[in-house]
Amino acid sequence: MYSFEIETPTSLADALSALGQDEAQALGGGQTLIPSLKARLASPAVLVSLAKIDEIKGITAGDGTVTIGGGTTHAAVAAGVAGSYPALAALAGNIGDPAVRNRGTIGGSLANNDPAACYPAAVLASGATIVTNTREIAADDYFQGMFTTALEEGEIVTAVTFPIPEKAAYLKFEQPASRFALVGVFVAKYPDGVRVAVTGASESGVFRWTEAEAALSADFSVAALDGLSLPAEGMMGDLHGSGAYRAHLVAVMTKRAVTAAG
Amino acid sequence: MPKDHGIGAAQKRREDVRFLTGAGQYTDDINVYGQTYCAFLRSDVAHGRIVSIDTSDAEAMPGVVRIFTGKDFEGVGGLPCGWQVTDKHGEPMKEPGHPVLAQGKVRHVGDPFAAVVAETLEEARNAAEAIVYDIEELPAVVDMKAALAPGATKVHDDLPDNLCYDWQFGSDQADVDKAFAEAAHVTTLELVNNRLVANPMEPRVALGEYSRANDESTLYTTSQNPHVIRLLMGAFVLGIPEHKLRVVAPDVGGGFGTKIFHYAEEAFVTFASRQINRPVKWTSTRSEAFMSDAHGRDHVTKIELALDADNNFTGLRTDTLANMGAYLSTFSSSIPTWLHGTLMAGNYKTPAVQVNVKAVFTNTVPVDAYRGAGRPEATFQLERLVDKAARELGVDPITLRRQNFITEFPYTTPVAVQYDTGNYIATMDKLEEMIDRAGFAARRAESAKNGKLRGLGVNCYIEACGIAPSNLVGQLGARAGLYDAATVRVNATGTISVMVGAHSHGQGHETAFPQVVAEMLGIDESMIDIVHGDSSKIPFGMGTYGSRSLAVCGSAMVRATEKIINKAKKIASHLLEASEADIELKDGQFTVAGTDKSVAWGDVTLAAYVPHNYPLEEIEPGLEETAFYDPSNFTYPSGAYACEVELDPETGKVEILNFAAADDFGNVVNPMIVEGQVHGGIAQGIGQAMLESCVYDENGQLLSASYMDYAMPRAEDVPFFKVDHSCVTPCTHNPLGVKGCGEAGAIGSPPAVVNAVLDALNSGGFDVAHIDMPVSPHRVWKAMHG
Ligand SMILES: Cc1cc2nc3c(=O)[nH]c(=O)nc-3n(C[C@H](O)[C@H](O)[C@H](O)COP(=O)(O)OP(=O)(O)OC[C@H]3O[C@@H](n4cnc5c(N)ncnc54)[C@H](O)[C@@H]3O)c2cc1C
Repeated sequence: MYSFEIETPTSLADALSALGQDEAQALGGGQTLIPSLKARLASPAVLVSLAKIDEIKGITAGDGTVTIGGGTTHAAVAAGVAGSYPALAALAGNIGDPAVRNRGTIGGSLANNDPAACYPAAVLASGATIVTNTREIAADDYFQGMFTTALEEGEIVTAVTFPIPEKAAYLKFEQPASRFALVGVFVAKYPDGVRVAVTGASESGVFRWTEAEAALSADFSVAALDGLSLPAEGMMGDLHGSGAYRAHLVAVMTKRAVTAAG
Repeated sequence: MPKDHGIGAAQKRREDVRFLTGAGQYTDDINVYGQTYCAFLRSDVAHGRIVSIDTSDAEAMPGVVRIFTGKDFEGVGGLPCGWQVTDKHGEPMKEPGHPVLAQGKVRHVGDPFAAVVAETLEEARNAAEAIVYDIEELPAVVDMKAALAPGATKVHDDLPDNLCYDWQFGSDQADVDKAFAEAAHVTTLELVNNRLVANPMEPRVALGEYSRANDESTLYTTSQNPHVIRLLMGAFVLGIPEHKLRVVAPDVGGGFGTKIFHYAEEAFVTFASRQINRPVKWTSTRSEAFMSDAHGRDHVTKIELALDADNNFTGLRTDTLANMGAYLSTFSSSIPTWLHGTLMAGNYKTPAVQVNVKAVFTNTVPVDAYRGAGRPEATFQLERLVDKAARELGVDPITLRRQNFITEFPYTTPVAVQYDTGNYIATMDKLEEMIDRAGFAARRAESAKNGKLRGLGVNCYIEACGIAPSNLVGQLGARAGLYDAATVRVNATGTISVMVGAHSHGQGHETAFPQVVAEMLGIDESMIDIVHGDSSKIPFGMGTYGSRSLAVCGSAMVRATEKIINKAKKIASHLLEASEADIELKDGQFTVAGTDKSVAWGDVTLAAYVPHNYPLEEIEPGLEETAFYDPSNFTYPSGAYACEVELDPETGKVEILNFAAADDFGNVVNPMIVEGQVHGGIAQGIGQAMLESCVYDENGQLLSASYMDYAMPRAEDVPFFKVDHSCVTPCTHNPLGVKGCGEAGAIGSPPAVVNAVLDALNSGGFDVAHIDMPVSPHRVWKAMHG
């Protein structure tokens, strides 16, 4: 780790002004950022911790929606939406281990947009809205490829609003070492159609599997997916699975997610 | 009633109190006055010529005390290899130099070529990054076959062909050829024993301290064998005489073999502390550990079995390439040869066995012993091969094994070792009882209902522990004796400190060793403590590896305790005014046989130190004895293991549902510790079989360089194990009749797992002959889909 200053503001306004300093960076739960600092892969001069800002934490129920503060930990989400959005709660409750879940935040996860992270699948499949200090961004516009998002420099994810689906499930096939998603599929059924988002698989990060969406929107059943498959091209290949294997797993996990959604 | 004292009692491990409450004293917990910190600059290319290293900017950085490069080590020795293997032409192995800091070339990612000593760790790291260097990258050689091909890049410029040795061992060529020529069936298998990173929970640490007052150096280090380090570093690397060099290995958080070896960082901190006259500390990061701890395994093997028309094994032949990495680590040369080839007969009476091993240099981290060291490699090949033979012949794999078991002992194998005792039928019987084989078909049907394939895999193993008879290993090239030593120091009040050469880094010696002494003396274990890990306190023992501690060091402790008893009886006979021959020791009382005259242990020990009424003209006062023990043979633990898996054919994911181990460890001192050792070993074996894999790309970059890509087994990956060690054939040649249990789990489990996966696949109509480890979902899926 290189040395840095740390600030712990208690309001969003203070955080934003602190982030105006040279080489300042937001610190969420630190579950991604701290390891990269320790490996000397990042060298911010100032870390602005968001952990003490109550106004970006917590869960509020709306009319057919649930809104989660950007600074809310995975553990708080797992507990807080268990009734309103069980598939999302299950996803949050299966990220990393208890230590990671008690620190890591939804805002940090979405800002980071790791191509194998879980939350991006939920956000994209739910057609959620990412709320920042300056604007609202539709999920379809937010994810822009591996580790890339619509966020501007210094922009903070303050909340995420999820429309609550009729049925949903997230199926994660774990990468054996990191236990992130080798392939993760989130299926969400809404009155106006089904959305299917896939994480872990593609070289361009989380994506919607539109053929599956169309098939499931017409008939929400495993049988509707028969014969549907994705090409291996464009899928990530690494020590843990080739592109072809990942493409295959997407089809399998999608079917299982439909079954699990009931 | 199970015993609660002495040999056989399942006493809770006393050391766990400090480990579990954070009171352990690990090397990194030691900080000394005036300490500096060191950071190594390590090569980020697999192979390169060092053109220049300019440290001037870095030297001007804040806090820098001194910067060292390979030049500073030109006057000292390189890191030695402790075992000289002789090849099949009678030539000694090739032993390229291994400087403390690279000189001329860097040869693997992680090879250190400069080191900064500074006031703080951050300052040392900052300065290390500021060193300006020019390393001309050279083509790297990673694959062993490519390394041996004509014209391959040379890892060491003075070695023409990257070959360390070409070793052959076992039966006469004619006998082996005849067995294969006359065979009714030959089964052939090519396989890889995957490279592993040991990953002990505690990374390596070294702290060197020099005292100008008495010209003495102390090295605190994460070692399994402080005296071995003192010997190697003192005599071969730095030229520090033993009496001026103290090596301390305090609590060590797991070794698994990787902390046996003498490492560059140990020599560096000791050397540097003498140069700058201040203590120097290095603590490995986990990332450094991946590229500087010796790796394990990494064999590529072709193995063939000849059978006659009745399915008797008639011949076995192996051809192995063993990766040495870029340099020879301390015991690397012995692992694929004497610790592997000599076990190739396994549990079977195959009359002709021949082992061929080529050891190869590559631009990778050195490879050396890892839990099992050579024996898992032998067991895996053989037990996979026997399973494949059974499948090809359409016979039951257990029946085929039973039919070929060695049943008479002692048995001398065609690969030179003599198994003193064993009962392979008994452990296989026990295993079959444990796994409910009869119920398997029903369980398989149940899995099928859920779309899953269930498989059962079985194997046996034999291994050699208690390394080793010094005269024998001397003939085989070992450059050290492999005895061990213990001093039993009885204090005036009767309490005892036992100073042992073995080192405990998770094995529970502090609990088990006192149980032995307590049994012998009839006193309570709480009166006995073990002292280990400090060369200034303990006698010259060779440390802990190869499941040798109880069999070798424990035997030394028994001998020393016997000497104590003999002397104490002399004192008692004087106090009791009886003949020494009539004195009996029982329950801590010395009694004159046939009388009620007795004297307590504590009175005798007090008399030894307050010799007012004492036979001073016949014996010396005091009660302290040392014994060195050199074993007359290896010990041969053996057993039978079974694994039951369920395989998801849609994803290739395998889940282990049941795992059973029936081991013969000879006599057992503490069954709870033995069980724990087996659990840990199986978990590591499952890790190798299902998860772990150290992978380099073709340029020698380490792809599995962190836990994001190197998959360690976790609690959820292993089932509740069924473990049994009730089949006992005591070792015939050591006083306790013990064999050793530390590695068995890691040796015996990988073939059972892979055999089970293949059984599952074949039951589902997938004609798959072999899958290399780790049997990851992706590999299973690929095997299923051609
Ligand atoms: C052992 C382990 C296992 C894990 N397993 C999983 C898993 O299975 N699935 C999974 O999805 N993730 C996993 N993670 C990642 C985890 O979910 C992280 O918590 C998450 O990716 C980052 O969130 P954070 O709050 O910790 O962000 P930090 O690490 O603090 O920050 C990450 C990045 O986001 C920025 N940032 C932080 N908060 C905000 C905000 N509110 N607005 C804008 N930018 C912000 C930071 O500046 C930084 O660039 C794992 C992590 C670990 C250590």
